[in-house]
Amino acid sequence: MAKQVIFRILHTIGILLILVVILFPLYWMVAASLKTESQIFSIPPVWRFTPHFSAYAQAIRQDDVLGALLNSLIVTVGSVGLGLLVGAPAAYGIARYQFRGRRDVWFWYVTNWMLVPVVVLIPFYLTASRLHLINNLIVLVLVYQVFVVPLVVWLMVDQFRSVPIDLEEAAQLDGLGRFGVFLRICLPLVKPGIAVSAILAGIFAWNDLLYGFILTPGRSVRTAPMIVLTYLGGYIVPWPKVMAGATLVCAPVIIGGIVVHKYIARGLTLGAVK
Amino acid sequence: MDETSVVPMTGTADEAIPVPLSERLAPWFFVAPSLILLLAIGLYPVVFTFVISFKYWVMGMGAPEWTGIANYLSALGSSDFSDAVVRTLVLVVISLPVQLVLGLLIALALDSTHIALLRRLLQICLVIPIAITPAVVGLLTALMFNQQLGIVNYLLGRIGIAPVNWLGDTTNAFITVILVQIWEWTPFVALVLSAALATVPKDIEEAAMLETERWWPRFRSVQLPFMWPGITAALVFQTAFTLKEFDMIYSIEKGGPGTATEVAMLQIERLAFRGFDIGVAAAESILMLILSIVLARIYIRLFYREID
Repeated sequence: MAKQVIFRILHTIGILLILVVILFPLYWMVAASLKTESQIFSIPPVWRFTPHFSAYAQAIRQDDVLGALLNSLIVTVGSVGLGLLVGAPAAYGIARYQFRGRRDVWFWYVTNWMLVPVVVLIPFYLTASRLHLINNLIVLVLVYQVFVVPLVVWLMVDQFRSVPIDLEEAAQLDGLGRFGVFLRICLPLVKPGIAVSAILAGIFAWNDLLYGFILTPGRSVRTAPMIVLTYLGGYIVPWPKVMAGATLVCAPVIIGGIVVHKYIARGLTLGAVK
Repeated sequence: MDETSVVPMTGTADEAIPVPLSERLAPWFFVAPSLILLLAIGLYPVVFTFVISFKYWVMGMGAPEWTGIANYLSALGSSDFSDAVVRTLVLVVISLPVQLVLGLLIALALDSTHIALLRRLLQICLVIPIAITPAVVGLLTALMFNQQLGIVNYLLGRIGIAPVNWLGDTTNAFITVILVQIWEWTPFVALVLSAALATVPKDIEEAAMLETERWWPRFRSVQLPFMWPGITAALVFQTAFTLKEFDMIYSIEKGGPGTATEVAMLQIERLAFRGFDIGVAAAESILMLILSIVLARIYIRLFYREID
């Protein structure tokens, strides 16, 4: 009995430790955005301080962070929308039909997930420059499909498989066509799967630095992570402002992730569902 | 995979019954739009890159010319590239097993906690490192691992460890990258494994509970078999991720000090977009692609058998 109590205490301490390790950097970032330059670097660290919000005002005014957030929002919504539109039916096709080439099709999606970005980036850059599409956000929406579609398919095949087949057969007997069954019966049942793939694909699209760095470097079209890059390499880094910018860049995806955390915890099966 | 759930609604699996054409085309109707999109966005660029990998092409230095396999020879002969590939593989080999072991421990801790609030809190927190922008993680690393003024060295100092030159020393900078990568991606692995753990049927778990009190045999013969597909999936996913790693490392110090943390993506990016040597960069990209597909093939041979 005593052994069990000790185990439970250690178990709880372990979990608390994990929480601290995960949350501390986040706390440190937000705290730094509210401190003054000298407070950020004071040794020993200042744990109690009066928060200043002027760094946020500076980041928004001087670096057009809000414009970058808007660009990221457009690209993220566009690429996730397109990815779901073509990816969800594909996942249904793979989950529900037995057809020749099914394995190859599935492997093709996963291969695209494995695709190293530079392979795609060089031709995209060259083609986009020839067509004068550098600094056009549509190019990002398209190029992100390389990882959005595989992710959507990968996660949603499991979801469609978990829909009881009897339900579909009954709907078919009621006169619904194949596509009707998919649209009216299956799709509403896999909402959690849609939420997980949308938020994960959204996270990766929002967070991407490399593609945006090469394809949309212009100041008016740059995406949120690019803000971070502009601070790099300068001789003097204005840390409070940098951390304020960084907090604004991360906030939407972190909040989005937290909102759907329940679905993520359940839906992240990656083909491992029984 | 439970076979009954993938059996089609009509007998397409049974070759003896003639299947109407419309029925045979039905799956393609669902799959085609995304296939066409990926052919245009995934396959076309690969072919394009493959073709220019046989050309001498330095941007701004005249028209590209055919040079045969010269770019590949130059890529394979360049220590910049081979060092970067080795660094990338070292990152995979060190970081991935640690992520898997820690992720498994966290998944088990999450599964076995009796305090609902704690479980909820942990589930929420595991999402945070996944969501946080890698470029911001890199920036935060530069701040927190600063030698004189960083919080990491301060905390280490409190327990009597002398300040470490994390980012200025070539070996330490690489260790920092590994540590940060583990911080960033272990929660993701933990969530995948936790979803896999949830697939263990409750009645089997309870029966095992009656069988033995000891944890290890229960884990090994009841939970682990159900978790293999999840473990392999996490492995495929994360290997790809590590091979593609760019944002976080670039934002710490652009692959520095020197080229100490320059992994493959950074090196190829530098060559193509700052050195403008498109031909050699294309050849290197193709070599990386071959490496990642070989790894994917190996994994999926293990993996797809499990899910089909």
